Amino acid sequence: MTRSIYRGSKAEVIYVGAEAVLIKYIFLGFKAVYKFRVSKPYRDSRLDSEVRRARTINESRILINARLSGVNVPVVFYIDIDKALIVMEYIEGELLKDVLSSVSVAQACSIIEDVGVLTGRLHKAGIVHGDLTTSNIIVSPNGEVYAVDFGLSRFSSEVEDRGVDVHLFIRSLESTHYSYASKVVSCFLKGYGKVVGPELADLIKDKVKEIRMRGRYVEERRGM
Amino acid sequence: MKVLGIESTAHTFGVAVVQDQEPYILSDERAEYVPEKGGIHPREASLYFMKVAPKVIHKSLKASGVNASNVDGIAVALGPGLGPCLRVGATIARALAVYLGKPLIPVNHAVAHIEVGRLITGVKDPLIIYLSGGNTMIAAYSGGRYRVLGETLDIALGNFMDVFVREVGLAPPYVVGGVHQLDRCAEEGKVLLKLPYVVKGQDVSFSGLLTASLRLYRQGRYSLEDICYSVREVAYSAVVEVAERALAHTGKTEMLLIGGVAASKYLREKFEALSRQRGVRLAVVPPKYSVDNGVMIAWTGILMFKHGVTIKPEHAYVKQRWRLDQVDIPWL
Repeated sequence: MTRSIYRGSKAEVIYVGAEAVLIKYIFLGFKAVYKFRVSKPYRDSRLDSEVRRARTINESRILINARLSGVNVPVVFYIDIDKALIVMEYIEGELLKDVLSSVSVAQACSIIEDVGVLTGRLHKAGIVHGDLTTSNIIVSPNGEVYAVDFGLSRFSSEVEDRGVDVHLFIRSLESTHYSYASKVVSCFLKGYGKVVGPELADLIKDKVKEIRMRGRYVEERRGM
Repeated sequence: MKVLGIESTAHTFGVAVVQDQEPYILSDERAEYVPEKGGIHPREASLYFMKVAPKVIHKSLKASGVNASNVDGIAVALGPGLGPCLRVGATIARALAVYLGKPLIPVNHAVAHIEVGRLITGVKDPLIIYLSGGNTMIAAYSGGRYRVLGETLDIALGNFMDVFVREVGLAPPYVVGGVHQLDRCAEEGKVLLKLPYVVKGQDVSFSGLLTASLRLYRQGRYSLEDICYSVREVAYSAVVEVAERALAHTGKTEMLLIGGVAASKYLREKFEALSRQRGVRLAVVPPKYSVDNGVMIAWTGILMFKHGVTIKPEHAYVKQRWRLDQVDIPWL
């Protein structure tokens, strides 16, 4: 399947993720990422093709809509649903996860505030990311943040879904950058609140608290 | 060094004596509370524990050939688990520690599942997939603790499976011949029905799947076998997918499957497929040690004791919601 597209090319596999393989190549002269959703041997083949197909359609729609709403996400160039393929703009830069391990707390705070702004814009556009972790944010050379991998995203304005986004991002900070996670969570919420406004920000904050309580065996839940 | 360990977090009252060198396990006695109908009733289970406790402790000490006065410490699972059940083990352990004048070691049940799994399978630094009646958790060691990377946002996988088979009239008993009723019923299923496949980042959620699958059952339009098959495929695949995402995120090269649900052959097949695809070693704790037991508590007690972790009996309260990521792991 790849061969028919990349005949005699210098295509470069840039990432083998959990559900997709990302290949960097040129598309009509632009640096592009070819995202193939690969088949999973552990899933029933019927379930597998349904999941891959649905996610390809969904991700394309979301990316286009997010872009139209002025959110920093890759531009979609081409889609092939049967091959579970999306061709999109290649974003130059470094993963936030890697950036965070080499910057000061103050720098981390400023970048994470930008992620808060980006998340707020996304939510304002009626989109939830669904897998908002430090592995899915790219920091470009001029310091701008981009959200990538919309594989699990959905159109939703539910406080619950927005809360899950914020919860996932905070948890990814805590699980891989635990040394200063508690210091930068407020930076995220500051950026987020700037876009969605203080009322909604408070509502989401309460929701995040509730979601964290829901996890099994949370100590604070004892009193509930 | 020899430690006596007591497990009483849910349905098993287990007592074991373990030492810090080969052959490690000196004794391993267990008594399991099996409800006649419904699920575990915490009070009933605790009453049962009180009845069997003296006998189990006595048998375990006798089998180990170790005199109670010669153990170096008493380890007990203080949580997470069911309050009344935990309190039986904690009360006995406190009494033993005071009576024998031995240090008391507070063990977290989830940590113990992981440590006995590492001891038995020999994995070093795995991605941990903990699936049981009360837990659905993906974790990995990082910076002094086991960090939770993904978990269920509502009910646990084992709990989901139990409730489903009970509601459709297949249980109790939930497990027959080591095979869960859901796996059994799914064997004859062929058709894949549409059910919600919920993966939220690295988390799963089963409450929607439970509602939808019971609705399908009540509609009466599909065979129970097909519903079981579809339910199993969707539930297991979602768990394997979040494990895969955590592998990609952490870059770990080993997986350790622990907890009672790990005994499922079909679930294991899916994890084997994942391990082949990603070139990651898969270690599955044999059923004997993946279910609750005293060995895991005693062994973890040894690790903790060697790093100076003990607790005064008057401070040894049970912690029903003691999270895995709240425990310092100084031995890794």
